[in-house]
Amino acid sequence: MAAMKKALPPRLVGLTFFRAVSTSSMGTLPKQVKIVEVGPRDGLQNEKNIVPTPVKIKLIDMLSEGGLSVIEATSFVSPKWVPQMADHTEVLKGIQKFPGINYPVLVPNLKGFETAVAAGAKEVAIFGAASELFTKKNINCSIEESFQRFDATLKAARSANIPVRGYISCVLGCPYEGKISPAKVAEVTKKLYSMGCYEISLGDTIGVGTPGIMKDMLSAVMQEVPPAALAVHCHDTYGQALANTLMALQMGVSVVDSSVAGLGGCPYAQGASGNLATEDLVYMLEGLGIHTGVNLQKVLEAGNFICQALNRKTGSKVAQATCKL
Amino acid sequence: MGNVPSAVKHCLSYQQLLREHLWIGDSVAGALDPAQETSQLPGLPEFVKIVEVGPRDGLQNEKVIVPTDTKIEFINRLSQTGLSVIEVTSFVSSKWVPQVAAGATEISVFGAASESFSKKNINCSIEESMRKFEEVVKSARHMNIPARGYVSCALGCPYEGSITPQKVTEVSKRLYSMGCYEISLGDTIGVGTPGSMKRMLESVMKEIPPGALAVHCHDTYGQALANILTALQMGINVVDSAVSGLGGCPYANGASGNVATEDLIYMLNGLGLNTGVNLYKVMEAGDFICKAVNKTTNSKVAQASFNA
Repeated sequence: MAAMKKALPPRLVGLTFFRAVSTSSMGTLPKQVKIVEVGPRDGLQNEKNIVPTPVKIKLIDMLSEGGLSVIEATSFVSPKWVPQMADHTEVLKGIQKFPGINYPVLVPNLKGFETAVAAGAKEVAIFGAASELFTKKNINCSIEESFQRFDATLKAARSANIPVRGYISCVLGCPYEGKISPAKVAEVTKKLYSMGCYEISLGDTIGVGTPGIMKDMLSAVMQEVPPAALAVHCHDTYGQALANTLMALQMGVSVVDSSVAGLGGCPYAQGASGNLATEDLVYMLEGLGIHTGVNLQKVLEAGNFICQALNRKTGSKVAQATCKL
Repeated sequence: MGNVPSAVKHCLSYQQLLREHLWIGDSVAGALDPAQETSQLPGLPEFVKIVEVGPRDGLQNEKVIVPTDTKIEFINRLSQTGLSVIEVTSFVSSKWVPQVAAGATEISVFGAASESFSKKNINCSIEESMRKFEEVVKSARHMNIPARGYVSCALGCPYEGSITPQKVTEVSKRLYSMGCYEISLGDTIGVGTPGSMKRMLESVMKEIPPGALAVHCHDTYGQALANILTALQMGINVVDSAVSGLGGCPYANGASGNVATEDLIYMLNGLGLNTGVNLYKVMEAGDFICKAVNKTTNSKVAQASFNA
């Protein structure tokens, strides 16, 4: 091609394409989407390098200023299992808690829940799975037994007026079992919802899903749980995350999990990528005229900050395109 | 997600993963393994033709000059994957006859939906470029050589910003009526999103049948597969892509370019759509060319499958 001259500063080229799109042009897309930012927890948890506490705190504060309404701050699990989250109490106590922003934390059991509440947690999250083998390998019990464990946490949370978000792993495939039936996902979702989770995040843990499979799974789940109580958590291991997310939006889901800079690799495929990048998600939603409340520029800055701290390249294509090398 | 003991890192062997999730088995190249997990969405085409532009659009935008032997080896490998169209031609100029003499069986003409882009790229207005293309396409047809038309900047221009769907339609219609058998609508700088893709296609499809259209999405902002899914939902069944996602973006330093053929096939396979292409063989061709140009693949499927 002939030599190119840039008419606009490169970092702004993509950003000029946001304009309101009549939602009627895409049929049933939601008018607004809540983004649940999981970078500080799911993202950092899967990063090799241990991030110092002040860096974690600064990341969360920067994300708070980015307009995100839910930022998953940390995980109250044993440091033996997840060394990255060993500073959970310091992080939760150290972050600025902006009004109107929720900072849920993961809790594996009642003990974790109690520690979290003592540290100031106002919302918690629990982790289930749609696969027996995954549950066995991950938390050393069956799905049914995991419900019994959750029950204790959910009861305590109800007494303390603390909302609980439920996660379900392996909704579109499992690294041990392979295919997962939509009926199984629907069953587990229904159970968590009836036990008191206000929202269930359906996770394509190893990113193997494609749009048709996402649709089948959601069709089954939505027969049991209202769409407004559902979220999707797509991993981009095979590059399918945004297409799968688009399908979920077309099905009526309006809550999407993502991770700034696409932080977090995949523990099941060495060298592979992990979470859907928040920047790329926001880019698509804004292009569709869907309200998110997120300031993309500020999220880009937060992503740039954490990538420098981790000494890694961003996993976000928007960031790659807008930041000079 | 959750707690992950280190033991799980070795839970799936490479071969097992390929068999189960990438639908690679003993079946005929491109045929879908009956045991695979696929799900066809209603309204999607049954067959999707992939136009592989790696050897042309991809390598053209790579900094490293690739030796001719390597290019030939690369194209030969791609020829064994089941891909039915592999673009190897470079720009057509008014002196296109040598390309035909060299054995070209198809030519391409490159238009744009933006005056500024047209001027900067080929130093003439859209109208002037159409007149030139008309001569070329007519002569080609006279020699029974099909011509494919490309429309750059279909979803946005690095110089003009937004591009109206009407302009894209006007240029596409012009190329189609002069005899191009297929028009590839290119999101040259990858700024499109599913909404703008839908609006553009709605406009173009009023004038040109979907069977004569293709989409050429760049993944500069990570939107390519979502945009392609939208195009498929609208009835488009020809998609351009580049193995390994070769080719950066000349407008955004360090940015990615073409959508990776491997990632596209993965999605199409998962949707139960036939492509005739063997994903594993494409991955091998991708591995070959990445080693040859000394760069890491841009394909997420390849990244996940070829352990570091």
